[in-house]
Amino acid sequence: MAINTPVSDQVFRGNESKKIEDEEVCMQCNDFSLFYGEKQALFYINMNIPSERVTAFIGPSGCGKSTLLRCMNRMNDLVDSVTLRGELLLRGEDVYDRSVNVTDLRRRVGMVFQKPNPFPKSIFENVAYGLRLQGVSNKREIEDRVEWSLKRAALWDEVGNRLQENAFALSGGQQQRLVIARAIAIQPEVLLLDEPASALDPISTLKIEELIFELKSRYTVVIVTHNMQQAARVSDYTAFLYLGELIEFDATDRLFTNPTEKKTEDYITGRYG
Amino acid sequence: MSIQNVGQHILHQFDDDLESTRNKVLTMGGLVEKQVENSLLALVNSDSSLAEQVATSDYHVNSMEVAIDEGCNHIIALRQPAAGDLRLVVAIIKTITDLERIGDEAEKIGRYAVDLATEERNEMYFSELKLLGDQVKTILRESLDAFARMDVASAFQTAATDKAINKEYDVITRKLVKSMSEDRASVERGLKVMWCARALERIGDHAKNICEYVIFTVEGKDVRHTSFQQALAEFQEKSD
Repeated sequence: MAINTPVSDQVFRGNESKKIEDEEVCMQCNDFSLFYGEKQALFYINMNIPSERVTAFIGPSGCGKSTLLRCMNRMNDLVDSVTLRGELLLRGEDVYDRSVNVTDLRRRVGMVFQKPNPFPKSIFENVAYGLRLQGVSNKREIEDRVEWSLKRAALWDEVGNRLQENAFALSGGQQQRLVIARAIAIQPEVLLLDEPASALDPISTLKIEELIFELKSRYTVVIVTHNMQQAARVSDYTAFLYLGELIEFDATDRLFTNPTEKKTEDYITGRYG
Repeated sequence: MSIQNVGQHILHQFDDDLESTRNKVLTMGGLVEKQVENSLLALVNSDSSLAEQVATSDYHVNSMEVAIDEGCNHIIALRQPAAGDLRLVVAIIKTITDLERIGDEAEKIGRYAVDLATEERNEMYFSELKLLGDQVKTILRESLDAFARMDVASAFQTAATDKAINKEYDVITRKLVKSMSEDRASVERGLKVMWCARALERIGDHAKNICEYVIFTVEGKDVRHTSFQQALAEFQEKSD
């Protein structure tokens, strides 16, 4: 970027990269490490996930990006051999603290997986399910929230008149948006997306990406993707992980045009993987 | 981003695309250099047939520009270059625009040289133009060299020499103004000499631009319209 920027240039350089330090912190990793049995999978990760922004994790297979994402709502609690070191904070509170109610945590930190996994129920019930679990019983309120969620997930126009149909009747791209609607119905603070578009066709992928862009006005979004162009398109910040280490974390436009680390450069330009 | 680093993509076709495009730029650079050299030779030797040849062969340069542009479009559409690769492609697109304009300037010099060859020679003008021309040839050669080797240090060094060219141009302008005001009959010829000098000065500017693209490609820093001294100081600090 410019070394000596005169005032007139600043006007034209309105898209100057954001600075991570200036962002409000939503989640924070402090020297966070993870072991599968003896094998260390994450090495002393230090990063701040900014609030109401999209943060992408990129890196080759096995670099730990999904592992890190899963830690954020304790999806790996069910894996026996996992041990953790360091801290992972949500709004300053340790996610792994004994006092934390995991169900409550997962309500605050929602997750969407690679393959759409709707429940074998109607479209309406898929979205209403979480609300009922939360104890919402007013029929009118549930209907309103379902409509709101489906609209936010850009699905309402396609399914608004057939809410009672089985969710499996939807296409893959629609199912994925339904799952996202289900996740946002309970209004989480953070939305974790693990390869949300990798099983979809290009048009559905673009719809999901458009949706992610919409979502960031309300939620903190963290997305794992193998598709670097997708990371470049949808995210504000990108973290590059390699062999369990965080190599570089920076504003997306800077990381994709002028990365600091050679490893990052080699990866994003397709020189090894 | 170093030149050794252009290769080594997992997709070897990408290496080939980048390498062949880069080579075409160097070929185009060579062609432009030749045009400039010939236009100067024609000018100082009053060689109207060589001048004519320069003026009519600019289309080679233009068609190379189109071909390289196409190659770059192909790379962007099919390979989605990022980081250093992206900067290289952007730098190539910009470099060939400057090269094409240098070609245009050489063509202009060729046309003036055809006219001037028929007129009475004024040795003073020609020695001044030769001096300026030599400086311009050097900056052009060195900027292309810096591009070929992606050598930032020499790009900085070469870009700095544009100042001397501008100074030389000012000297010529002042002399011409003086002689034209003294001798009205020389105005027409004087103006043509002035336009040649102007074309040479512009070539220097374009060569300086090419140096700036080299710095952009390697360092990821846009040094256009910024304090050159400061950019140089930062670069030197970094390389120490």
